[in-house]
Amino acid sequence: MKRNLFKIGLTTLLMVGAFMLAGCGGGGGEDTIKIGFNIPLTGDIPKVGEASKYAAEMLKEDVNSQGGLEVGGKKYKLEFVYEDNESKAESAVNAALKLIEQDQVVAIIGPNSSKQAVPAGGTCNDNRVPMISPWSTNPDTTKDRPWVFRAAFLDPFQGPVAVNFATKQFDAKTAAVLFDISNDYSKGLAEIFQSEWEKKHGSGTVVAFESHGTKDQDFSAQLTKIIAAKPDFIFVPDNYNQVALIIKQAHDLGWKGPFMGSDAWGSAELMTLCGDDCKGQFFSTHYAAAGAKGDTKVFIDRYSKKYGYTPDDVAALTWDATRLVLQAIQESGSYDSDVRKERQAIRDALGGIKEFAGVTGNMKFDAQGDPIKCAVVVRIDDQGQFVFAESVCP
Amino acid sequence: MRKYSLNIAFAVGCLLIVAGAQAGLFNLYVQSVILFMGINIILSSSLNLVNGNMGEFSCGHAAFMCVGAYVSSIVTVLLFAQNKILGAPLLPPDLAPFFFPIAIIVGGVVAALVGILVAVPSFKTRGDYLAIITIAVNYMVISGIENLDIVGGPRGFMGMKQVVYAMSDVVDIPWMMIWTLLGTAFTLWILRRYISSTYGKGVNAICQDEIAAEIMSVNTNKIKLVTFMLSSGLAGIAGGLFAHVIGYVNPQSFNILKSTECLVMVYLGGMGSLSGSVLSAVLFTLMLEALRPLQIIKWVIIPLILVLLMQFRPEGIMGNKELSDVFPKLRRYFTFK
Repeated sequence: MKRNLFKIGLTTLLMVGAFMLAGCGGGGGEDTIKIGFNIPLTGDIPKVGEASKYAAEMLKEDVNSQGGLEVGGKKYKLEFVYEDNESKAESAVNAALKLIEQDQVVAIIGPNSSKQAVPAGGTCNDNRVPMISPWSTNPDTTKDRPWVFRAAFLDPFQGPVAVNFATKQFDAKTAAVLFDISNDYSKGLAEIFQSEWEKKHGSGTVVAFESHGTKDQDFSAQLTKIIAAKPDFIFVPDNYNQVALIIKQAHDLGWKGPFMGSDAWGSAELMTLCGDDCKGQFFSTHYAAAGAKGDTKVFIDRYSKKYGYTPDDVAALTWDATRLVLQAIQESGSYDSDVRKERQAIRDALGGIKEFAGVTGNMKFDAQGDPIKCAVVVRIDDQGQFVFAESVCP
Repeated sequence: MRKYSLNIAFAVGCLLIVAGAQAGLFNLYVQSVILFMGINIILSSSLNLVNGNMGEFSCGHAAFMCVGAYVSSIVTVLLFAQNKILGAPLLPPDLAPFFFPIAIIVGGVVAALVGILVAVPSFKTRGDYLAIITIAVNYMVISGIENLDIVGGPRGFMGMKQVVYAMSDVVDIPWMMIWTLLGTAFTLWILRRYISSTYGKGVNAICQDEIAAEIMSVNTNKIKLVTFMLSSGLAGIAGGLFAHVIGYVNPQSFNILKSTECLVMVYLGGMGSLSGSVLSAVLFTLMLEALRPLQIIKWVIIPLILVLLMQFRPEGIMGNKELSDVFPKLRRYFTFK
């Protein structure tokens, strides 16, 4: 009997498998605009995916509560499809293909980190679907891909921002760098910083250039070396979770000098993890939440009220990226029910956007699909808020 | 007739898939799921050789996949694509379809050589200690590539799509689908042949009792070396295919999580069962895709299914049996050699 049961079970399993393979989804309704989100809801950086999703949900509610997006005199409801890419490259490709083929979306927002955005960008470009990555900083994401855009500035711009600011603010002559060697973002930015700094202050002025691995918890070896080299400040282009550990450990080792960081610091979780140690430090980022004005302030207030925390840069960049797509749809003048034609129209309109006023500042795209926009340097004040210190434009 | 029926059925199935892909019967998403299914079958059945048949515990399978992916990508990009570091293509793009399988096999061979890194320590250790060594190899390979700036370091390596385009320019058929199906067929054929050979008997003997096997004149060191090399070589082939399907490789795509996925597929299918590991690879890939709409809950459901499976059927879907053992009547229609 037990044996038979197993056979039946196995047969059912095979049938279910065959059924799953056969299952295929259909297209969207007549008066809706479908936009796909390829975001990391699980995996290494779930907070990033969550921020993206929340920002998108808020935007969708805004537009739909007014009856939809007006294109060429007609209102269309928005429909957002969220696909989890699990923070994995192959999953991001599959998610992109699923959005393109099964869900028939007209444009894709995301993936956020470069590890997924580079392969997914290739997929979108091959299939002629406009894609905007809110957060990816790797030049390869958009390079030679007319269908792929991004909303964040690139590292070759951010590096000099940090160099110039630190030179002026800390009156620094020498610098030390501590970075994550297995994180392409961190490594790339560290190298750009090093070459820019040495160009400005002469070779050998980056007195320590130390690296660590992604899951490292103890940085005392690297920090001891850095402190012994007596730099004027330490540049830490690292993710916020590691920044919290690095700064605490550096203070434990007796470091009194300042730190300078990059946009990966700007997470809502930084202050929860880091506490008092991070207060008074500076980092360059996409926008300053505290002391913001105009649209940015409205966005921050509403987001904080709705979800209970200040939106980080990913939320703001996703908001901008999605609004860019919506603006492109509006500028194209009409909404074509043929998905392929509409994708082409959106791409053309995105490439032609002259000036876009986003919550992370004004921007327009260059020929590669990269934005030309300003960076801000913020200071972490005694309340743990990120306060505007300086704005640097290209 | 019985002797060839399975081969014919498999060939017809593959032809149908390729023809369907060519005619546009399945969209690209379904095609990509089938591609990953093929790659996962290679990964799980090759790991099954070590973990299931030989009874060792290797949990660094992604390392060999990584080596295969990088080596075959470098070979194809060097030969057929323009690259910042490697320069202009060495061969005219018309030759791409002929050299592509060679590049994949070169990737497999190099991965097999890296497999020696695990095989040699396995002469003296086994069980948990060997498991730690395999994890260490996984980390070594990843950090090694991360520090090699010539292949992009942590930024990853790309350009493989150009090679795939070059093949499509010669004849416009779904090349990656064909290569993946061929790779899968080759893997299953060689594994089946290996397990049913004299070496395969030795592998099973080592699984039962290594000392007894040694006494019974089994050359355990030689068998371990060959088995590890075969397993890692096949993983290298899977890696090469993976790299060309995605068109981009990044060392962190092959970290310990990927190895864990391979392990899950082996234990889901049943230790030492070739048809079990094929079945579980297919089901696991489908499950990952089918549960996508659940978003975050997906990673609650999948581990839960695993927990339930281990609770009520700890030997996996097939146990150590093959499909023809469970359905003896199937033997009337085919034999599998």
